[in-house]
Amino acid sequence: MAFLDGTTLTNKPSAQVSDDAHGYYTLGEPLVDPVAPTGPIKDRWINRKFENRLVNPANRRKLDVIIVGTGLAGGAAAATMGEAGYNVKSFCYQDSPRRAHSIAAQGGINAAKNYKEDGDSIHRLFYDTVKGGDYRARESNVYRLAEVSANIIDQCVAQGVPFAREYGGLLDNRSFGGVQVSRTFYARGQTGQQLLIGAYQAMERQVAEGTVEQFTRHEMLELIVADGRARGIIARDMVTGEVETHLADAVVLASGGYGNVFFLSTNAMGSNVTAAWRAHRKGAYMANPCYTQIHPTCIPVSGEHQSKLTLMSESLRNDGRIWVPKRAEDCDKDPRQIAEEDRDYYLERIYPSFGNLVPRDIASRAAKYMCDEGRGVGPLVGDFRRGVYLDFADAIGRLGRDAVAAKYGNLFDMYARITGEDPYETPMRIYPAVHYVMGGLWVDYHLQSNITGLFVTGEANFSDHGANRLGASALMQGLADGYFVLPNTIREYLADGPFETVPETHPAVVEARTSVEERIAKFLSINGTRSADSYHKELGHIMWEYCGMERTEEGLRKAIDMIRELKADFWTNLKVLGSADNLNQSLEKAGRVADFIELGELMCIDALNRRESCGGHFRAESQTEDGEALRHDEEFAYVAAWEFGGEDGPPVLHKEDLLYTAIEMKQRSYK
Amino acid sequence: MKLTLKIWRQPDAATTGGMHTYQLEGVSEDMSFLEMLDMLNEQLNADGEEPVAFDSDCREGICGMCGLMINGHAHGPEVTTTCQLHMRSFTDGDVITIEPWRSEAFPVIKDLVVDRGAFDRIIQSGGFISANTGSAPEANNLAVDKADADRAFNVATCIGCGACVAACPNGSASLFLGAKVTHLGLLPQGQPERDTRVVGMVGQHDHEGFGGCTNIGECAAACPKEIPLDVISQLNRDLRVAMRHGH
Repeated sequence: MAFLDGTTLTNKPSAQVSDDAHGYYTLGEPLVDPVAPTGPIKDRWINRKFENRLVNPANRRKLDVIIVGTGLAGGAAAATMGEAGYNVKSFCYQDSPRRAHSIAAQGGINAAKNYKEDGDSIHRLFYDTVKGGDYRARESNVYRLAEVSANIIDQCVAQGVPFAREYGGLLDNRSFGGVQVSRTFYARGQTGQQLLIGAYQAMERQVAEGTVEQFTRHEMLELIVADGRARGIIARDMVTGEVETHLADAVVLASGGYGNVFFLSTNAMGSNVTAAWRAHRKGAYMANPCYTQIHPTCIPVSGEHQSKLTLMSESLRNDGRIWVPKRAEDCDKDPRQIAEEDRDYYLERIYPSFGNLVPRDIASRAAKYMCDEGRGVGPLVGDFRRGVYLDFADAIGRLGRDAVAAKYGNLFDMYARITGEDPYETPMRIYPAVHYVMGGLWVDYHLQSNITGLFVTGEANFSDHGANRLGASALMQGLADGYFVLPNTIREYLADGPFETVPETHPAVVEARTSVEERIAKFLSINGTRSADSYHKELGHIMWEYCGMERTEEGLRKAIDMIRELKADFWTNLKVLGSADNLNQSLEKAGRVADFIELGELMCIDALNRRESCGGHFRAESQTEDGEALRHDEEFAYVAAWEFGGEDGPPVLHKEDLLYTAIEMKQRSYK
Repeated sequence: MKLTLKIWRQPDAATTGGMHTYQLEGVSEDMSFLEMLDMLNEQLNADGEEPVAFDSDCREGICGMCGLMINGHAHGPEVTTTCQLHMRSFTDGDVITIEPWRSEAFPVIKDLVVDRGAFDRIIQSGGFISANTGSAPEANNLAVDKADADRAFNVATCIGCGACVAACPNGSASLFLGAKVTHLGLLPQGQPERDTRVVGMVGQHDHEGFGGCTNIGECAAACPKEIPLDVISQLNRDLRVAMRHGH
């Protein structure tokens, strides 16, 4: 491949011909990033940091910034903005900022340090990330991400994050997620935990300094947009039930992803879309909502009672071999009794060069096809077996049990605890699960949404991963946004502040507050027969079936109808007990499920419109003769930014062209 | 399986609570303990009784949000978090007693939910390394002995769940303190603030009303992350050294 410095366009704007979602949306004006940088790609961020205005240190303490969410993106931003001297108000629904779900990330964090001298560079990390995202991310944003990645490691080490080290005492790296360089820093299988604790401690230090005020067990339920600017939030104190108004000069949403729209996912129980969705309903565009990452190595569902799914690091695929029985009648046999010639190592068969290490989406879809064919293994859930074997017998034979235990012991223990089976003796069972969403609120190069003064960071925005995210890049993006990007972009906005005080009697504040109170009263007064949880489960089934690993025009249309029916039933037959004036988990859940239902419909419309397969989005109508994903750059090399169309109106689609200068688009092939 | 559940119910912090008994049938051994409670809550909701409030979030044993006293043991009979406890650890016909964490420093908010804000305030009192964003030197400028780095990691795995406090007859948070003081004290970056850190954290610990440590060891036995008891020796040593330095 040729090195491109970013000064000449390599593609033309796309022009959509198909219109699968006709009737479900209206077409709006095209969208451009108003602050997109130009020039040689390596200079864009450096120049922008210089061009963005500074805020006088004496003025910073007069500026209030609300940050919703305390994961890597929110916690790091709160700490950094606090250190700079701004007044930060930080909100989280958990009992402590340290619980945010960034904590559960296992594998590691990428950084272009090139400590291994194996040919890595900022440009290569940039290139891998755009390619991994199937050419559906903005190149300037991704380049910046790669550029600040090295500083993240420096920052975390200075905070005392105990990364893995070599015997000489220097930092260790591993190769991760199908790339050919070792650029992943890790802390055993608990990298997210250690990074989050680092950010949390930095943030708590600012709480003690008085620059950050933290509001735990608080849930953002509405955004306040006054006179064209985001000026605050309505939050509910989940312990007292009090509905509170918080005003500020800017609002940052770092509220995470919406994978729980599928009910079962690897997200935390409380992870939700409400903060982002309320902002969407107030005018913020939701970009590429259908881009969902489904992770191939999760512990399968064991029954209808299941509340969440647990991921096992995909490093397991380095040594485990994936197979299903050749014949459906063998599926309920003890796998150790199935002869070698009766096993189908299907990834090795279909993808001889990559084998068990094909990218996440390919591995996931292949597992689904095997189970759809009736060759799945494990317990029947309903009338279906959802699982494939991940077998370590060869690895144990080759390396010995101790060596396998040293590498994967904690994962094997976790598997044994959850399933009651011993993976040293019998093959593991795995099945794909929803893990991450690449879609999110639309932001410009400054991470500002189309609502002035509303910034969005981390998984909550759409900006860096395109249609698919590489392994070990979520932690990188969260911390890049929080420590280094947002603090340098938000100052360009805050330089015009402090803005005129918004009184609590301002019509926008009154409207936001009243709508929250009315909604809470509504949930408690429906007095129907079904719990919020039961609606969530039903929504999850619809989404998984029709908007999951494989999507079809017919299925998506069906799903949209089903979701609309579910929504109508929800608002007439919901049952929430208890009151609004103390801790009421059913009430919290009802609000989240109501928003998930609306999001689910938009995801299906977005997936229906995008008649191509790219990254985590696979449309059955768009595949090669061999069944591989087929992109249509000439039609869909754009960001789909959806505007809320009103309570009963269709959403409005704004297209932002993806134009490349430092990269040339190519079709993926893993054969 | 069929279970009898005796659960602490308390409407809010100000109201006196009490044990309530519920029968639950059709529990599968593959359920997690919290999925069993989800099932109970669906049943209660259908029967018109307010569901039992309990905390949980990641449900994979890492966020530290969940935590129940199960038959008198913090996180129940296995060495793991409540969310990772599965019903195959119980048998048909069992009577299971479920209570919130027991500690004055963790007041009950509702039912099985307690307020662990004291842990945040302890961290605010010194449980960090002061390194403003942007001020960090190149990460590999400073080598760290691998043994120290590994041990720092092992004790840094504390999830802040509070089981150590709930298990301790004195209600002491010494294991929690010791884990943080040891983690940061083992690293070269943690040295400049080593004395002020331990003094600040211990002071806040006592101020919050946690009890003193009398080396009983229930904390380490209950810890789902197996933080070793000797971090408390390290804590005491660091405190003595800091005092000798005049703090």
